[in-house]
Amino acid sequence: MEWQPLAADPAAGSGYFDAYAAIGLLAVIGVLFVTVAFTANRLLRPVVNTPEKLLAYECGVDPVGEGWAHTQIRYYVYAFLYVIFAVDAIYLFPWATVFAAAGFGAATLVEMFVFIGFLAVGLLYAWKKGVLEWT
Amino acid sequence: MNLLDTLLRCVGTLAVFLVLPLVVGQAEHKVMAHMQGRLGPMYAGGFHGWAQLVADGVKFAQKEDIVPAGADRRIFRLAPAVALLPYLLVLLVIPVGPNGLVGQAVDAGIFFVLAVMGIGVLGSLMAGWASANKFSLLGGLRTAAQLMSYELPMLLAAASVAMAAGTVSLPGVVDAFHWWWVPWQLIGGFVFFTAGLAELQRPPFDMPIADSEIIFGAYTEYTGLRFALFLLAEYAGIVVLCGLTTVLFLGGWHGPFSDSLGWLWTLVKTFALAFVVLWLRVTFPRLREDQLMRFAWTVLIPLALAQLALTGIVKVAIS
Repeated sequence: MEWQPLAADPAAGSGYFDAYAAIGLLAVIGVLFVTVAFTANRLLRPVVNTPEKLLAYECGVDPVGEGWAHTQIRYYVYAFLYVIFAVDAIYLFPWATVFAAAGFGAATLVEMFVFIGFLAVGLLYAWKKGVLEWT
Repeated sequence: MNLLDTLLRCVGTLAVFLVLPLVVGQAEHKVMAHMQGRLGPMYAGGFHGWAQLVADGVKFAQKEDIVPAGADRRIFRLAPAVALLPYLLVLLVIPVGPNGLVGQAVDAGIFFVLAVMGIGVLGSLMAGWASANKFSLLGGLRTAAQLMSYELPMLLAAASVAMAAGTVSLPGVVDAFHWWWVPWQLIGGFVFFTAGLAELQRPPFDMPIADSEIIFGAYTEYTGLRFALFLLAEYAGIVVLCGLTTVLFLGGWHGPFSDSLGWLWTLVKTFALAFVVLWLRVTFPRLREDQLMRFAWTVLIPLALAQLALTGIVKVAIS
């Protein structure tokens, strides 16, 4: 009989760690793949650097000023909007798995409409405030 | 569960990850060509240019690696790997067939998949910032805007499926599937697929890499193998998105003879969706930036909320 350490018994809750251990293993394999690819690339490629080649490519004209130019990021308001909505949406998932279970029924449905109502009102408010206009 | 088994599954996933995107890429060459009255690649490999992408890969591997003098070197070189590897991890948890034919089932599958897919976009952001190029920076900012707008409808549409199935595990979702879910979750499927396309920056949502305005966006400064990895990430993204849409909205392995041919159904549905992705590229012109944003916030999100309401009502009514 094969020896099984106690920790590998799925009933003891190690199935969770097993699953993510496999993902970790695949991540390591993926990093190895990238490393091998770049090592092979290093052995195969020529290196002939010239100052012109190392310039940033901006339509063929020599770049003016530095690359990290000041730009106005116009969408920061709806970046906030996204953060708020995304945090809201996270709560949907644990709720989604139980809301139709026996004993909940209509009550959770009402709760859901309250929740969606909040999101919808928030979106309408942002819309009315002109956050969703870009021209 | 033992180490050898897990290792085999991981290596198998890597093999799939390296082959399927190439198949999609070759299909794109040929499908686009025929839709536009051209032939596409015809020489590499002899038969209808089947080895074109292999030849491209060999070429990319031999090209010089150029890091611009002004760039943030470390981030610049790291970015392609960050863009590519999340799709590899997602591929592991997508169920292919019944009876445990999956790289590795994860309890919180939907959650895991959405979280990890978001990381891939960070690769483009890093590339855009680290290149020290104004056009790259603009491309990176557009990528960020697109991620923020389209992540939310995608999340809401996936939540609708989790509600319908009563679980967030991907094999669990497919197990709970019935044929009438397709019309029931039709809106959600549309929202998920469209938002996913936008996150992959595929046409018509390819404003961040609009070549007629900002050269090639965040990838402008990339050459050789690093550029190839970004391209591979795009096609791996198509495979992952189509696979996920198949699993969540089209019933995954369900179909005639699904006990023995379940994996084939998953593949057929995935490639049918991939064909739609290519078709959309040929059909639609690129959306302008403001149209793109307006589409996400005023069309997709309300639709996703409506789908949530519909799912809730039907689910409570039948239970």
